[in-house]
Amino acid sequence: MKKVDFSYTWKMMKQKKSGYLFVAPFFLLFLVFTVLPVCISIFFSFTHYNVLELPQWAGLDNYMNLFLHDDVFITAIKNTMIFAVVTGPVSYILCLIFAWFINELNRTLRTIFTILFYVPSISGGAYSIFSIIFNSDRYGLINGLLLRWNIITEPIAWFQDTRFMLTICIIVSLWMSLGTSFLAFIAGLQAVDRSLYEAGAMDGIQTRWHELWYITLPAMKPQLMFGAVMAISSSFSVGAVCNTLCGFPSTDYAAHTIIAHLEDYGTIRFEMGYACAIAALLFLLMIGTNKLINILLRRVGE
Amino acid sequence: MRKALKFILPQKRISRSVGGDVFIFIFLVFMAFLLVIPLIYIVSNSLKPYNELFLFPPKILVQNPTLDNFGDLFTLISNSWVPFSRYRLNTVCITVAGTVGNVILGSMAAYAISKIRFPGAEALFRIIVLSLMFSSVVTAIPTYIIIAKIGWIDTYWALIVPSLQSSLGIYLMKQFIDQIPDTLLEAARIDGATDGRIYLSIIMPSVKPAWLTVIILSIQSLWNITGSNYIFSEQLKTLPVAMNQIVTGGIARAGAAAAVSVVMLSVPVISFVIAQSQVVETMASSGMKE
Repeated sequence: MKKVDFSYTWKMMKQKKSGYLFVAPFFLLFLVFTVLPVCISIFFSFTHYNVLELPQWAGLDNYMNLFLHDDVFITAIKNTMIFAVVTGPVSYILCLIFAWFINELNRTLRTIFTILFYVPSISGGAYSIFSIIFNSDRYGLINGLLLRWNIITEPIAWFQDTRFMLTICIIVSLWMSLGTSFLAFIAGLQAVDRSLYEAGAMDGIQTRWHELWYITLPAMKPQLMFGAVMAISSSFSVGAVCNTLCGFPSTDYAAHTIIAHLEDYGTIRFEMGYACAIAALLFLLMIGTNKLINILLRRVGE
Repeated sequence: MRKALKFILPQKRISRSVGGDVFIFIFLVFMAFLLVIPLIYIVSNSLKPYNELFLFPPKILVQNPTLDNFGDLFTLISNSWVPFSRYRLNTVCITVAGTVGNVILGSMAAYAISKIRFPGAEALFRIIVLSLMFSSVVTAIPTYIIIAKIGWIDTYWALIVPSLQSSLGIYLMKQFIDQIPDTLLEAARIDGATDGRIYLSIIMPSVKPAWLTVIILSIQSLWNITGSNYIFSEQLKTLPVAMNQIVTGGIARAGAAAAVSVVMLSVPVISFVIAQSQVVETMASSGMKE
């Protein structure tokens, strides 16, 4: 049985050999610069490795330590989960809704709105402007307004107060989140066959919401899948925003994320094995989430 | 009112109510306003004279706009040891080579995976998607070791070649190529078209929005590449590195720093505007039909 299978595969391989030619240049580079580094990192996660000396085999030590002896890591997981559960779905839906609304406009307005929504995501370090907006003295923009309206009596230290830190980081991330998925959705909406809408109107589609659910979304499922992967990878790998705004380490580790923890061990303490173990766990977390979301997305338009 | 709406929202269809149209437009304007305030703040900071930069309470809008900050920036630039045009050339070369290669390699591979469906294509695609979820912080060291073994440290290659393979780009293009009906390709094959021919005259024109989007994303990431891990010769350093050196000059350069962010932002934004108008342009004509 196996032999038959193999000869069939071999036949297909010969028949489709042009496919290998097309994929070869990419594949070679991908193997060397993505697959290989990831495999090496996973190997490091089972070792003690301080970057200067050769790695020492450690078995599951790093993983055991993470769960049993590292309270900060548990905090980091908790914060990252809260962060991901909020920003992931919200930014995904915002990207979709904005892209869909913008798609209804005429061309000039469409271009203008796309630019306005997209620019924050490419502004690089420009989000540090929020540290001025949420400044902790009475001259900060938000504190000033709240004081003037008598909502608060003394200025709030937004980035030191554990009640607000994570929320503000979430707001800032959402501000910059109309990025890759947003563009993919805009391009995806453009690719929907117009005649489907005419057919839908004949079949009695009444509102734009029906049209969205039964025609538009099923037609752009590939882009929806892509957007989901982007949303997962960006919402779980939050770190830079929190570190810039709340400082590193943040008060009571209230804005400490998995990536912040990873960078701490990888680039400050040079415990690369430990950092790699964190990365591997984050990787598993994202894969699991992606599986879950794929199941949900399969039901779109049903 | 009705006429104005028709101008703003041209695709009048049965499923659209006037109330809904008005709501959507107001909502978009409101959200755009919220999103743009911080950016206005940055641009306006770059136009502020020194006394306004440290004004308390801070004002969002500039009172007496001046181009001094940009002037300072260019003075600082012209005093640098390596001619500034060299940094710019480095970044432009890396961005152009990386983006072109990225689109060509990515679209070829995406086509093969999506439409030629050779044995192993499915597995390869899964690995590509998975690779998007692995943190680049820890792969930095293995990547450094690999590049050092190849002997590319302190050359352009260390920056260009790894950026040619972007999982994100290939994933995006593959998703779009999936939407091209197989029957179209079958017909072309019966007419005697080779795979190369199909790739050039059917696939690439049909997924123009996809690769334009990949171009936008690629320019944006390559333009900001610092390469500080791999590049040590001053004359090979990139624009963001040179710009950072200016910014780290301390508080006296706060204005110049704001000017730096505006300058660094301008190229990705301009390329985005050009490419985005093309995305919208192509679609009216292409529409993929069975």
